[in-house]
Formats: sequence, C-alpha cells, structure tokens
Amino acid sequence: MAEATGWRNLQVVDDWAADVEVFRGVPWGKAMMWIFLLSDTFIFTCFLTAYMTVRMTTAEPWPNPSEVFALEAFGVPVPLLLIAIMTFILITSSGTMAMAVNMGYRRRRGPAALLMVITALLGASFVGMQAFEWTKLITDEGVRPWGNPMGAPQFGSTFFMITGFHGLHVSAGVVYLAVVAWRVWRGRYEKQGYDIVEITGLYWHFVDLVWVFIFAFFYLW
Amino acid sequence: MAVEAQVPYQEAIEVHHPHSWVTKYWFSQDHKVIAIQYGITAIGVGLVALVLSALMRLQLGFPDTFDFIDPEAYYQFITMHGMIMVIYLLTALLLGGFGNYLIPLMCGARDMVFPFVNMISYHVYFLSVIVLLASYFVPGGPTGAGWTLYPPQAILEGTPGVDWGILTMLGSLAIFIVAFTMGGLNYVTTILQARTRGMTLMRMPLSVWGIFIATVLGLLAFPALFVSAIMMLLDKTIGTSFFMPAISSMGETLDYSGGSPLLFQHLFWFFGHPEVYIVALPAFGIVSDLISTHARKNIFGYRMMVWAIVAIGVLSFIVWAHHMYVSGMHPWFGFFFATTTLIIAVPTAIKVYNWTLTLWRANIHLTVPMLFAIAFVITFVMGGITGLFLGNVIVDVPLSDTYFVVAHFHMVMGVSPILVIFGAIYHWYPKMTGKMLNDTLGHIHFWVTFLGTYIIYYPMHYLGFVGVPRRYFANGEMAIIDSSVEMLNQTITVAALIVGIFQAVFIWNLIYSYFRGKDSGHNPWKATTLEWQTPETPPRHGNWEDKKLPTVHRWAYDYSVPGEEDDFVPQTVPQKAVQAEPQSAT
Repeated sequence: MAEATGWRNLQVVDDWAADVEVFRGVPWGKAMMWIFLLSDTFIFTCFLTAYMTVRMTTAEPWPNPSEVFALEAFGVPVPLLLIAIMTFILITSSGTMAMAVNMGYRRRRGPAALLMVITALLGASFVGMQAFEWTKLITDEGVRPWGNPMGAPQFGSTFFMITGFHGLHVSAGVVYLAVVAWRVWRGRYEKQGYDIVEITGLYWHFVDLVWVFIFAFFYLW
Repeated sequence: MAVEAQVPYQEAIEVHHPHSWVTKYWFSQDHKVIAIQYGITAIGVGLVALVLSALMRLQLGFPDTFDFIDPEAYYQFITMHGMIMVIYLLTALLLGGFGNYLIPLMCGARDMVFPFVNMISYHVYFLSVIVLLASYFVPGGPTGAGWTLYPPQAILEGTPGVDWGILTMLGSLAIFIVAFTMGGLNYVTTILQARTRGMTLMRMPLSVWGIFIATVLGLLAFPALFVSAIMMLLDKTIGTSFFMPAISSMGETLDYSGGSPLLFQHLFWFFGHPEVYIVALPAFGIVSDLISTHARKNIFGYRMMVWAIVAIGVLSFIVWAHHMYVSGMHPWFGFFFATTTLIIAVPTAIKVYNWTLTLWRANIHLTVPMLFAIAFVITFVMGGITGLFLGNVIVDVPLSDTYFVVAHFHMVMGVSPILVIFGAIYHWYPKMTGKMLNDTLGHIHFWVTFLGTYIIYYPMHYLGFVGVPRRYFANGEMAIIDSSVEMLNQTITVAALIVGIFQAVFIWNLIYSYFRGKDSGHNPWKATTLEWQTPETPPRHGNWEDKKLPTVHRWAYDYSVPGEEDDFVPQTVPQKAVQAEPQSAT
C-alpha cells in the first residue's frame, strides 16, 4: 500500500515517523490512560512541591509526624502503625490487581472479576482507615486545616489537602474497579478483549505509587 | 524494508449516529459539531471581553467622563478581560474549536478516539463559562484582582469581588481545566493512535503539529493552575495559609501565618508561560498551512518547522520566572531564566525565516486568509522583538508594569493569534458550511483590524518608555507622565472603539454568508490536505466513505510540483510509479 522509494523505506525512519499508530498495537484507551496519568502526575507534583515550600516558609515548628501519627498498641505508642498497615494494604491491592490483569488476558473472567473486587475492597478499607485517621487527628489531636496545637498551621492544611486529594483518587478507583469488574463478570469484553482490565490497573498502580511518595514526603520526613 | 501497512482501527467502525435534533446539534458526539459549539461559545464570550476592553479604553482615553466606571469596575473589567481572552477565548477556540475540527479531518480519522468524553468536554467548558459570567450577578461582582490573581491581595478586603467574585473565578478555572483535560486527552491520543494509513507523523500538516504540542503543553501546565486554584479557594474559604503570610489588613491582624505568596507566583507562571505557547503553537501551525496553500508553494523547511514547534514546547517549561524578575528573586535565577528565555528566540526565529522564505518568489494569492497570515508574521515579529527587551532582567526591571509590557503581550499573544484565527475562519469556513465568506466584507474587516491594531498598540510602547504604569485607573497629575500621554491615550481609545465596532462586519459576514454566500465546492483553495478531499462538504458524521479511510501517499505541501498538471497534488494522490528519484537523499 505505502510506497517504497528513497529514504522513506528505511526501517528506522518508518518507525520514527510512525504510520497509523505511534505505539504499535497499543489500544488507544491504554495510550490515553498513560497520558492522563502523566497529567495527573503533574498535579500531585505541584501539591507535593507546594507542601515542601510552605514547610520551609512557615516560621513555626513543624509537628513531629512520628508522634502525631503514633498509635497505642499493647500500651506502647508505636509510631506510624496505622500508616504502615494502610501502606501494606494498598501495596497488596496492587498485587491482586496485577493478578487480575493476568487472569483477564487468560480470558478467565470469573477470577479476573473476583480479583478486581478484592482489589476494590482493599482500596475501600484503605479509605476507611484514612477516615479513621482523619477522625483521630481532628477529634483527639485537635488538628484543623487552619491550625493545630502542635505548631505550624500548614501541617494540617497540607495533610488534609494532599491525603484528601489522594483519598478521592482511591475512592474514584474503587468505583472504577467495581464497574469494570461487573462488566468483566457479565462478559461484556469477550469480543474486544481484556485490555480494559490492564487500563484500570494502570490507574490503580498509579494511585498506589503516588501514595508511596506521599508516605515518604509526609510521614517519614 | 517498508513496514507492512497497518489498518487504522477506525476504518470499519460505526459512528454513533444521532437520532434527534438534541443529539445532532446539542449533545452531539461528532467532532465537527463539538468544534463549532466550542467556536460559537468562545467567540460569544470573547465579544463580552471585547466590550470590557472598550469600556477600559473609554476610561483611559477620557478619564472623569464616565460616571459608571469607577476604580472597582475598572479592575473588574481588566481581570475579566484578561482571563476571558487568554483562556476562555484563545485556548478554547484554538484547541477546542480548531483542534476538534481539524485533527480527525487532517489525520484521516472518522472522529476522536473517545467521542463521548469529547462531547462531555464541551459541556463542561460551557459550564465553566456560565460560572465565570455568573460573577457579574453575584454580590460584589466579579473579582478585580487582575488576571494573575496574585495573593494576598486577591482574597483580601479592598479588592473588588473579594466575597464572591474570586470564588466564581477560581471555581470556573478548575471546571475549565477538567473540560480541557477531557478534550486534550482526545486530541493527543487521536493524533498518536488513530491516523489513517500513510499519514506518518512527518507527513502531518503543521496545523496538527502545532495543536498536538500545544495540547501536550496544556495537559502538563494546567495542573499547576488547578492546584493553585484549589489552594487559593481553601485559603479564602476555610482559612488555610498556603499563600498567605502573617498579615494585617485594614488595621486588623488576620489569622493567616507562614504561607508563601511567591509560591502562587511560581505555580501560576509555571502554568502561565506554557499558556502563551498553548495559544501560539496552534497559531504557528495554522499560519504555516495558510501561507503554503495561498502562496502555492511548499512550506520551507518542514522538518525544521516541526522540530522548532517541539523545541519551543520543551523550552516553554523552563522560562516561567521571567514573569517574576521584580519579585525579589536571586540574581542568579534571573540570569538562568533570562538565558532560557532568549534561547526560545532561536526556534521562533527559524519559524519566522521559514514563513518568509516560503513567501519568497512564491505565487502569492492575496486572498483574505493570506492577508491575515502575512499580517500575523508582521505583528508577531513586532511582538517577538519586544520580548527580547523584556526577557533581559536589566531591561525588564524599568519596563516592568508599564504599558510597554501591555503592548508586548498584546502584540505577541493577543493580536497575532487572533489574526491567525480570523485567517483560519476565512480559510475553513467553506469546509464547515459549504459557502464562501464574502470577499469585500473580508477585506474591510482585514484592513481595519490590521491597521487598527497598529494604531492601538504601537503608541503603547512609547507610553511604556515614558513610564506610564499599567493597571492604573487614572494617571491623574503624575509628575513623571508627559503631557503627550493624554492625547495618545485618546487616539488609542478612538482606534480601539473603531476596531471593536468593525468586528461586527466579521460577525455579519459569518451569518450572511451562511445563508447567501457563494457555494464553495469541495476544495475552493485547491489545497492538498486531507480535510479538502472529503466526499461531502460539509463532511458528514464519520467524515469518509463507509469502511474506507483515505490513504495518504505524500506530505501535505505538494504545491507547484514541476511536471504536474495542477499546481497542487492532494495527499491522497499516489506517487508516480516510475520516477528516477535520487537515492542519495538519505
């Protein structure tokens, strides 16, 4: 179909000039999800950069995250206990998601849907624990977005804004997973294939990865 | 070895056919309808901004004459004018309008890859416009913080619209960004993954390249604006201190402490500078196609043009702080940002040279689109040169916040893209409606607009040099201001009003020609690009014949090819089978 004259038939040039598709064999939905995630990365990067900036500009001392986020277990305060559990759950959910993708491509739609539901449940429990964490901070520690007894008001404002925005992403992901799992279960993708499971997975892993950065920058710093 | 030909996935798809008036004209998934919806909404809201600028000019030209313009109203005019023009008109029209219309047609696709989301994109954009215009109906009116919305003043007592206007403005921006993201994902993905066979990246018309890179910039730059809008909303509504330092206002100490106003400036300009190129790059691309088509000559240095667009896009992300030279930044930062800023002049100059060289000894047809295209090159050089002044720290500091800056950015990102938009509308209107726009009205519109902008903006450079500050409601008896300023301001105002009123000729032309215009046929400009090769004009939903997308055999610029009968060869025409092409071109 395409002509083959001059430099145009060199393999390298053809690849770079990309006939029809730049990413060969990649469904458009997957490409679109990657691009969306790139854009979303910039949102979280701006949030985290803003957090670091106000942490530097504020004149008041920054509360010690190890103490603020400690939980009492067997009478001993354990720093970051709840956060450790939450992180573990979220990373586990990435594992079940990866298994769901595998099952999808093997066209075993029962296990694929089941694993997606498990992933969604793990995500929902993450959001639940986050709600618990927020409640504890607000009622027990007196942290508010505009101030807190331990020091810099930016501690509360960045915490609620960033974890809140991430929590919204997780919640949206739970809904997204549930919808796709339902459709997989019903056999809606039998004809077009199970790329959608991987696309959903991309989003889920992204949300997971963002949490790792929030964890590192907010709780460990 | 040639790679085996791929089959575009849209070849055999069924487009979602409308069943009723509502799904055909209002909730349509056809990219062409969505494009026209974007276009009409953007032009409509742009007319509001045009009226606002006329009101500002009335005040500046004839201070103390108009009772209904008080300082508060004036600042509200400025803010709304700037924000509407930059975001709700230019961004929406160039990407939402032309992006939507041209990408599938020029790439040989049936529609965007995700038409449903594309449809939602327009309606969310429409919502953002409604929220923005609602500013005029809330208590206190719209915000008067200036389009840059710098805190702390944007959310403190004393700034107009501090109670409600700022909320509707920030909310509207956030909604707009959601809309843009939905549309932008479609544009980028369609260009990457849904071109027809033979339409390699290096055969795409430059319009598509410009829109493509601009959309990528938008997807990466708007997040910064989104984040700053959210944080300022939180500062305003629940009293967080992201951007607010400890501050007392109107003799009262406020509850804020420890925030960073500079953080806002960085976030805002990390969006704001790429935004300049989000507007400029589609204009660059479109004007390249207009010049090539109407000069009947291939674009000079196509590959250079592509790489210049890419280079400008990359560089635009590392120059933002040149908007902040007077914010007290470290001189080394200024040095860095001045350097990167001036480097942008290199790819930009390549583009200007290539436009000029395309015109060199070409068979120039002075059609209305061509007039606008040539006018663009002139105004763009003008605005670009003053950019070199302002990019240097040492020259920028005294010129900062004077009318020189106003003249610069209006020339470079106001007048220039608008001229391209006019040219593009005159050029593609026949494809959108099947009718030609009236030529006489077009000429009147062109000459008044083009000469008028010079009378408006040329003297502003002088005003800036003598030190007239921008954003002032009235200059009063300021000792530094020369007496010549008053008359110049009056001249500018008169010119601005005339140019503003003459836009009615354009609007009238759009309406009149739709009903009474001359039939255009499929390809009135004898252009090579795919959108002129559709089986129907205006193209139907799905664009091409059923189950058969066009095949592209050549680049988009085969004009006046020696040995060809016509002076143009459409992209769909196969290369001649036997032709002794020199193999050394590798």
